[in-house]
Amino acid sequence: MHWIRKDLLGLEDLSREELELILATADSFKEVSTREIKKVPALRGKTVVNLFYEPSTRTRVSFEIAAKRLSADVINIATETSSVQKGETLIDTGTNIQALKADIIVMRHGYSGAAEMLARHLDISVVNAGDGWHEHPTQALLDIFTLKEKLGRIEGLKVSIVGDIAHSRVARSNIWGLTKLGAQVTVCAPAMLIPVAIEKLGVQVTHDIDKALADADAVNVLRMQFERDSDGAFPKQLEYFRNFGITRERLNKAKKEIIVMHPGPLNRGIEIASDVADGVNSVILEQVTNGIAVRMAVLFLVSQGHDKKYEDAH
Amino acid sequence: MKEKAKILDADAVNRSLQRIAHEILEKNKGTKDLCLVGIRNRGAYLAQRVADCIKKIDNAVVAVGILDITLYRDDLTLIASQPVVHKTEIDFDITDKTVVLVDDVLYSGRTIRAALDALIDLGRPRSIQLAVLIDRGHRELPIRADYAGKNIPTSQQETVEVRLIETDGKDEVVIVGKE
Repeated sequence: MHWIRKDLLGLEDLSREELELILATADSFKEVSTREIKKVPALRGKTVVNLFYEPSTRTRVSFEIAAKRLSADVINIATETSSVQKGETLIDTGTNIQALKADIIVMRHGYSGAAEMLARHLDISVVNAGDGWHEHPTQALLDIFTLKEKLGRIEGLKVSIVGDIAHSRVARSNIWGLTKLGAQVTVCAPAMLIPVAIEKLGVQVTHDIDKALADADAVNVLRMQFERDSDGAFPKQLEYFRNFGITRERLNKAKKEIIVMHPGPLNRGIEIASDVADGVNSVILEQVTNGIAVRMAVLFLVSQGHDKKYEDAH
Repeated sequence: MKEKAKILDADAVNRSLQRIAHEILEKNKGTKDLCLVGIRNRGAYLAQRVADCIKKIDNAVVAVGILDITLYRDDLTLIASQPVVHKTEIDFDITDKTVVLVDDVLYSGRTIRAALDALIDLGRPRSIQLAVLIDRGHRELPIRADYAGKNIPTSQQETVEVRLIETDGKDEVVIVGKE
């Protein structure tokens, strides 16, 4: 199995084998971060540009650390202080970064499909760090990596995703990745936050949190993104916590070893109770650690995904 | 690929490894501060076998680690189909140790160059020595083996294949010619 893609845009297009290759490569990279000298020279001389059109701390820092542990040079562009404010288009920004001889653009953008559009216009690699409500592939990969590390497999696992499924790129990427790897996925949210026809992605739908937790091996708790509530569909915070919040009482009725995940940042007391977030079932901080290994693997693989060009040249 | 000649059979492979084990013990005057690090893939199995020989000879257990050098290669951007990255598994501190690197074939020396960089990122060994089953010449870097199972003059048109029970079902070393 060899990686041939120059970009990572989402998990929807990837085969099961490609997903497994990323996970296996990440597993090898995890050891690097445990060394005293946390660095390998694999991307020495390569330039990675973080281009973020939406605020992000953890994803951007995680990508930056991943790139630096591979010895790449990293440039961060915050669009609030860039020529984007002067009206430059996304494609122009991309071609300019390419003209600066950067090798990989890691982009977060508010519009679904932005990463794919950029990738089609550029020869250099594009890694999607979240596009609108569409996909956030590296987040789902690190969720899946953490699950696999904890439970030894993905095939046959029952995973529930709880929260704002409608606006969540994390949910969509998780659904694609988990179902391709043979997990059974259930989504759980108030009816207003479940997209129409989500069943077509091969998931089950429930509006009852106790049902979602009942026989689940893992629950992925999404952040309630109140900033995305443009049409008043969101319940009030307290109302949400009462009906869907992950509390100790609710977990007590679930499997004893149920794994609790959250992509962060946490809204304590809204989608998850503090004692659960900090409790024995929580792997939230391990997810953060694993995010580095997964992003190292992705940056390494896309940087190698030029074999077609090489063969054409020789 | 046409098989041209068998250089070592299973017995010869074993005798070579036993001799290397003896030489390692002789040169280092025993096993104090000694450890073996095999380079993936076949070097890792060879390192374990040399450690087994040392145990039989000296009744001493020598730590064995596995080094994956993929990330340290100097041809990462050139090779058409990229190699799969595997784990480095060295669960002991190599600082102030005598590390014997073990690989199957010594050829250009570039793998060993990468392995030296990788090792030194993990600690500061007191010394690093090199043991190989086959030295086939054609060095591109100033690197030599401290212990060699067999020196074989080869043409660059040929390939030396080391086959081991663990990876290939049987122990042998053959020269194959490129068609």
